[in-house]
This record gives sequence, C-alpha cells and structure tokens, in this order.
Amino acid sequence: MQPLDQTVLATAPPVPRRSALAEGALSRWRAPLSILALLSLPFLLPSQALAVNVLIYGLYAVGYNLLYGYTGLLSFGHAAFFGTGAYVTGIAIGTYGLQPLAAMGLAVAAAGVLALAIGAVSIRSRGIYFAMVTLALAQLVYYAALQASGWTGGENGLRGFTVARMGFGPVAFDILNPLTKYFVVLAFVGAALMMISRILASPFGAVIEAIRENETRARACGIDVERTKLLAFVLSGLFCGLAGALFAIHLSIVPLDSLAYHTSGMAVVMTLVGGAGTFFGPFVGALAVLVLEDALSLWTPHWQLALGTVFILFVLFLPRGLWGSALTRLAALRGGP
Amino acid sequence: MDWGSLDLELIAMQLFSGVALGAVFVMLALGLSIIFGMLGIVNFAHGNVFMVGAYAGVFVMERTGSFWAALLLGPLLVGALGLLVERFLIRPLAGRPPDDALLLTFGLGYVLVEGVRILFGSDGLPFATPEELSGVADLGVGFFPIYRIFVIGVVALVLVTLWVGLERTKLGLIVRAGARDPEILRVLGVDIEHLWLWVFGLGIALAALGGVLAAPMRSVNPEMGNVVLGEAFAVTVIGGMGSLLGSVVAGLLVGIVVSMTALLAPEMASIAMFAFMALVLLIRPQGLFGKPGFGV
Amino acid sequence: MGQGTLSRRTLVAGMAVAGALGGIGRARPAGAAETIRIGFPTPVTGPFGAEAKDQVRSAELAIKQFNDAGGLDGRIAELLVRDDKLNPGEAATRTLELIEKDRAHFIVGALSSAVQLSVNEITRSRKVLYVSISQSDTINEAKDFSRTTFHEALNPHMTTAAVAKHTFKKGVKVAYLVADYAYGHEMLRGFKRAAAAIGAETAGEILHPFGAADYSTFMPRLRSMRPDILCICNFGRDQANSIKQANDFGLKKVARIVVPVLLHNQRLAAGPDAFEGVVGASNYYWRLEDTVPSAKAFNDAFRAAYGGAVPTDYGAYGYAAVRSLLMALKAAGSTDTGKVVDALETLKYDVAKGPEHYRACDHQAVQSVLVIEAKRKSEMASEADLFKILEVEPGSEAALRSCDELGHRA
Repeated sequence: MQPLDQTVLATAPPVPRRSALAEGALSRWRAPLSILALLSLPFLLPSQALAVNVLIYGLYAVGYNLLYGYTGLLSFGHAAFFGTGAYVTGIAIGTYGLQPLAAMGLAVAAAGVLALAIGAVSIRSRGIYFAMVTLALAQLVYYAALQASGWTGGENGLRGFTVARMGFGPVAFDILNPLTKYFVVLAFVGAALMMISRILASPFGAVIEAIRENETRARACGIDVERTKLLAFVLSGLFCGLAGALFAIHLSIVPLDSLAYHTSGMAVVMTLVGGAGTFFGPFVGALAVLVLEDALSLWTPHWQLALGTVFILFVLFLPRGLWGSALTRLAALRGGP
Repeated sequence: MDWGSLDLELIAMQLFSGVALGAVFVMLALGLSIIFGMLGIVNFAHGNVFMVGAYAGVFVMERTGSFWAALLLGPLLVGALGLLVERFLIRPLAGRPPDDALLLTFGLGYVLVEGVRILFGSDGLPFATPEELSGVADLGVGFFPIYRIFVIGVVALVLVTLWVGLERTKLGLIVRAGARDPEILRVLGVDIEHLWLWVFGLGIALAALGGVLAAPMRSVNPEMGNVVLGEAFAVTVIGGMGSLLGSVVAGLLVGIVVSMTALLAPEMASIAMFAFMALVLLIRPQGLFGKPGFGV
Repeated sequence: MGQGTLSRRTLVAGMAVAGALGGIGRARPAGAAETIRIGFPTPVTGPFGAEAKDQVRSAELAIKQFNDAGGLDGRIAELLVRDDKLNPGEAATRTLELIEKDRAHFIVGALSSAVQLSVNEITRSRKVLYVSISQSDTINEAKDFSRTTFHEALNPHMTTAAVAKHTFKKGVKVAYLVADYAYGHEMLRGFKRAAAAIGAETAGEILHPFGAADYSTFMPRLRSMRPDILCICNFGRDQANSIKQANDFGLKKVARIVVPVLLHNQRLAAGPDAFEGVVGASNYYWRLEDTVPSAKAFNDAFRAAYGGAVPTDYGAYGYAAVRSLLMALKAAGSTDTGKVVDALETLKYDVAKGPEHYRACDHQAVQSVLVIEAKRKSEMASEADLFKILEVEPGSEAALRSCDELGHRA
C-alpha cells in the first residue's frame, strides 16, 4: 500500500503543535471545505454538463476510495454498483412511475444488497485475486443486464425516464436547467461527503485503516477482519450506487457501458490520479481526468496519447496523486524541520 | 436448441476447436504470468502489446513479404521495445507498491493504441493467411483450418522451449529462484535487475508472438487487444498467477469450456469464461496452481 | 490510404476551428447575423474512426456549399464536431454541452444504435431537432420517436429486405450467425421476415457475443447445418472477423455469404480476399455516379475538396443529413425548430443518390437501397473499386415497416 497522508496525520507527535492543530482543523472541516470548493465548479469548468459529471464521478471515486484507499482492497468490479444504481433508478422511474427520490433510494438499497452479495464471496480472496473475483462477478452483472434487455434495453441502453423536475417535499426544481441540476446533484453529493467524513472519523474508520496497514496485527488486536471488510465493501457499494443513481438522473439514459469494466477502471484511475486514501483526492482525480479528456478531445483525435502519457508521468513522478502529493507537501512545509 | 442434431462428430470437432482456441489463450497467458511471477507486476498493457505484435508482424511482412520473417522478427522487435519499457519505466518503480506498475502499464496501453493509430491509421490492416498454411484439413470428423493446427504446433514448441529453458538450464534455475525469493538471489550476488530486464522482455515478446499468430485469424486493428486482455487475465487467474503450468492447463480448459458453451448455449459463450473463473476462485481462491495465501 | 495524414490534419484543424468559433458564437448576442450552429457528435476515435472521418468531411462539404451559396439570407452555418467516443454516456454529455453551452441550433450525427438513441433522448426532452445518421430500427418506433427526431440512415429492415430479395430463393437453406444485441436481432428479424415471404428455409441460427474476436467455435456447427446461404448478421469488426474465419473454415466454398450491410472502410481494412463474393446492402457506393447525376455531383465536389478521394457510405449519410437540414432551413426561412421540422417533413431532396424524403409518421428517410457484391482482387480497376452494384432498390414507403406496426397513431 502507498504511504498515505492520513497515516502521516495519525502518526504525528502527541504534542499538539500549531501545524498539527491546523491539520486537525483541515481534517475536521474537510467535508464542508470540499463542498465549498465544489460550489465554484460550474463557473470554472468549460460546461455545466461536465461539472455535473465531475460531481458524479467524484462521488463514485470517493465511494470507491473507501474500500481501496482506506481499507486497502483493490476492486475491479465497482461498475456493478454504479451501473445497478443507475439502472434501478431508471427502471423505477420509467417502468414503475416512482418519484425520483424514491427511485434513487431504491437504487442505493439495491446497490447495497448487490455489494453485500459480491462482497461476501470476494473478500475471501486477496490482492490481485480479489481484484479478479470482483471483476468476474461484475462481468456477470454486465452480461445479465445485456441479456435482460426487456428490463434494461440491452445494448441500446435504458431510455424513457427523463426527469424534468426534481421534487423535495413541497419544493421542486427544474433540472433541465443545467445550473439548477448541478446544485441539486451537489446537494446529494454534499450529504454523502458529510456521511463519509463521519464514517472515517468514527472508530470504524480507524479499524479499516488498521486493516489496511497490517491485517495480521489487526486480527491479533481482536478485530473481526472479515466482517469489517464486508461492511466497508457494502458502504462503498452504497455510495457508488448513489453516484450511479445521480448519473441516470443527469443523462436521462443508462448506457450498458455503465456496467462495463471500463467504468470500474475509471474509479481506480481517478482515485489513483487524485490520491488514494485522501478524503478529497478522488474528487481531484475525477476533475483532472474528465477535464483533461474534455480539453484534449477538442484539440486532437489522438487525445488518448496525451492521456496515457500523463498517467505514466503521474506514476513516475507523483505517486501519491495530485491531492495526496499536495497534502504531503503541505505537511512538510508546516511541520517539517 | 435442437438436441437431435448433436452427433459425436460435431462434439469431437467442438472439442478440437476448443483446444485450438485454448492454444491461443495459453499463448496470451504465458507472457502475463511470467512477468507477474518474476517481477510481481500485473501488466495492464498486455493486450495492447499483443496488438502491437500483430502490427509489427504486418510491418515486417510488408517489407520482406515473408510470413516466417514476420513470425520471428515481429516478436523480437516488440521484445526490444519491452526491454526499453522495463529499463526506463518499470525499473524506476522498484520498491514501490505493485499498484503503481499497474497504473503505469494502464497508461502505457493508451499510448500504444494511439501510437499505432498514428502510425498505421485507425481502420485496421489486412493480413492474409500465408499461402503454404491456408486451406482446410480433413480431420476425419470434420474440416479444420490448417493455419489453426499450425498455431497449436507453434504454441507447443514455445512451451517445450520454455520448459527446457526453465527446468534444464542454470539460467532457468536462477529465474525460478528469483520468482520465489529475489532477496536471497541478490545476497548470492546475482544481478537481479538484469534478470528482471530479460524476463520482462521475454514476457512482452511472447505477447507479441501471440499477436503475430493471431493476425491471419482476426482482423488487425488498434482495438484488437482489448478483448484479449480480459481473456488473458481470466486464464492467468484461473491457472494461478505466476504459474506456467497453470497457464497451460487453464488456457486449454477455458478453450474447451468456451467451445462447448458455443455449441450448447452460444449466446453464453463470453459469459462462460467469467462464470468459470468465478467458480474456480470460489473453490480455490488462489487459482488452480497458485500458491495459497499469495497476493499483492 | 495515401490521403490519411492530410485528411486527419484537416479534421483536427476543423475541430479546432469549430471549437474556437463555438466560443465566439457564444459571446455574440443573438441577432440576424448569428451563425447557424450544427452540433455533430461522432466517434472520431475508436473502431469507426474512418467512417466518422468521412461523416465529418462530407458534412463539412455540405456546410461549405451552403455558405458559398449565401447561407440563410447571409447567415452562415458551422459544424461543431465533438468526439462521442462511441459511448452513449459520453455522447449524452457532449450533446448536453452542445445544446447548453454552445447553443447549437440542431444536432446531426452518431454512428451506433445505442449512441443515436442516447443523443435522441437528450434532444427530444429539450425539443432540439436531431437528424440521426446511424442505422437502427428502434429509432423509428413510437417509443423513441419525437417530432424533432429524424433518421437519414437506412435501417436493418430495409437493408435485409433488399439483400434477401436479391439472394434468397424459394427452398434455399439459410443459416444465420447473429450478434447478440439489439441491432443484431433487428437484422435477424428483417432477414427471417423476408425469408418467410420468399419461401426460404432456416437451416439454423447461432447467436454470438457482441464484439467477439474468435468465431472458430461456431464454425463446425454452422458447417453441420449444410446451408446454401450463410447470413452473417453483425457489423464492423465483428463482420470482418466472422467472414474471415468462415472463409478459413472453408464455408465460402459450400455456401454463399450474405450480410445486411457492407462498409467501404471495413472492406478496405480486411482486404479483398476475405470479402470476395460477399453480398450486402449499402446506402451509397461512389460508382452510383455512373447512373445517378446527383451522385456524380457529390463525388466531384468531394474529390475537389479532399484531394481526389471518393466519399463512402457513412460520408453520404453525413452529407445528405446536413444538406437536407440546410435545405429545410432555407425553405422555412428561419432556424425556428418548429418551422424547420415542418419544412423537413415536406421536403423532397436529391443530393447524392436520387430522390429522398422523410416519411411523415416516423421521419425515416425513404431512399434507395443498393445491393452490392465485394469484388475479387483481380477485378478491381483501382484501390477504390471495391464493389459491383448488383441492384438499386428504389426508395418506397412500402419497403418500410408500416406506421401502424411501429406504434404511430394516424
């Protein structure tokens, strides 16, 4: 596993120096600060549609990071939860006429149940095998969706559930308006970020990091490693499912690609580019990858050459990811000798 | 499904097709497995190296007009490229977590695909079956392309060579020891970096050889490596990462499973491989021939 | 392809210019001289890059001709090309950007069944006119249709009927190898329907996974069916791979291979040997210029613009879609979506392949279908001389599925 900034924070000397206090504050206020930063996105990015994508994929990567960055489990099958969240939302609205909020709730629950099932069978294996089992099971979900075309629309994708207005009790928002849509999606993402921050700050958060750092030691300390891993897996699946539900609302279609291994790979790439095991890193990763793709594909059909080169340079020179490296530098500046 | 038409000849043919397909899978898995076993690296660009191999084959074929030159020089060219990749991209990652190499090769995959698009165009290139290997052979139970039988032969030859090299030579002994415990080797004064370089080059050359072999069977195009990557992973994992014997057994098994599914429930042919992989890993989490408790 | 680098550079330049102009267009207040912006999502990267490139070049040509002729009372048009990466989610995002940020007046484009349906989902909920140039039966059906949805491309029902009419006979045995996804199923449905009418028999059918690279495991069974005709219902790379492997297994010696659609660029990529003798349909082949004056005019304009190259099938779609849209604009005298829809519904156009019009109920372009056969190497007079035209099925509403069947109420 990579040395991570959270560990840096955790192993800071017990005497509360000014820097440690500052970092503690940064850590305590990380969710509100993140939301504050995200408020500015639609005005900074080239388009609002892209900004909404950053929110959705950012949440997806943050949810993934819960399992990968914090618990240390490299999954290659998280598209299963993202796609399930998206499909259940679309089917619940389009076929069964549910209200968007109810549909999304159902979708998150479905993603959680699927995560429980996939997690239960996959956490028995480790390392690259864990990655491959999750990949294989996610592929099974993909082919199931392809075959069940009566429900999912098959390869043509799911359509016919465009949500024009999103109601929260007495108030409703016109989400065909791109800016309104951005802030509605941000409300969900912000709430999710607050919850994730709470989870990480809880004893459970400390336990999963203990498992990541040394599983044998954690077991010796009396931690039920399997149950903890499974819980982390399910939580991760729930947030990825929410990201998928928002994706369905955003684009008003669910492509079969939302379940493809390419989508699983996106979570890994964005998390690593941003910084695994950091709270806001995956968001930075999503932002960097999506904006880079967007900008490059306007300039040249060979944008993949630049994208691939950027990945390689990142691994070679910025192994902690953009955000992770920035945090480390910050820590060195403030607390360093 | 019309069960009445299932005769023994057809089943025999299907088994043979499975073995022939399995030979291709074995070829794909070998390079991946060798690199993982020795360097502990999951090469995500493996499928794209296979694709580059096919293009290298086309490149040599266009200049020499000889399939045999393409079969020999293509993998050597790409293997040389592999040496450069190891020296300048992989080696700097020594001591880093294995995920880093995974992401790096993931990025390298993009670069390879786009590089080929720039050099050879995005539409793909024709690659005809060599004259002396075209046509079908009568197997008694049905007809089978001579070229695919030839591929089985080449893969068998590669396997025998590898086996002799690993089991019967001093170098092979060092490589096997290195896969088990590189630190001991270093202590014993073996230049392990040098060894890693050549093993990586060999793994890459094997993937490229797979590409040249596949070129006359499949269309040569920049995306031809994508499907292959999933197949190579599935086979390697089923066999046990790092186990050469595992790659061979799993490759043939998967070939037969896919082939039999194609006969009985054709629309399930691509899901079959992953279902089989999930099943094997549920029973044996380390794969058929993998070392228990082994992971990244 | 000799002109590969040149055309790619043109394309890149075109996209850069398009991007820059998009920025200017946004800054400029809406007024009489406002540029007419046509958003064009298409898979510039990926396996259909060559087809997409031809779509873009032909569409650019139509725009240039419109502007050279004075535009719409002096208002010029521009094409905003965006890479949809052959991914429906990506295409939906790009379409949202084109509508919300670039303020595109119209959308034309796409090159896959799934992508066009996703683009259509975005445009119809925002009441933006969309002309699809990708083949599909689904987009004609009432469920996906909207007043602003137009389909310039052929659909599997039309192509399979034309191919079957020319190759199936009463009593012949047909084996089907079908890609297991919506478009594959649509092709199979079309062929079987035609077979039933003609009296051809089904020797068997095999579904193969979409995107498969190896078809060897299906070949023994296909061969054991002893078909007279092997009907391969898939597209692009799948088609090239399966035809090549059917060849390797000697199937071409015992059966005639027919496909719903033969693509110019895929035939180039796979080489003459694999495709030799294969029969399929097409919307356009440049040799149509021998008999159709508008094809000659299109080819000449294309040759002049792109260094002597000839336009291909998907190029013709891009050209016809943009040309017909611009003609409707002129007829409507405005860029107002409602007025342009009305104008398109009544438009009769002949821009590349003889007379065409959009059918009222589903906005499907009624057009001719070419049945073509891939030439053997020795028959080819030039690099671009790929096919023989066996038949030109004239366009007719009778060749489409009825409005009733598609669920459109009269």
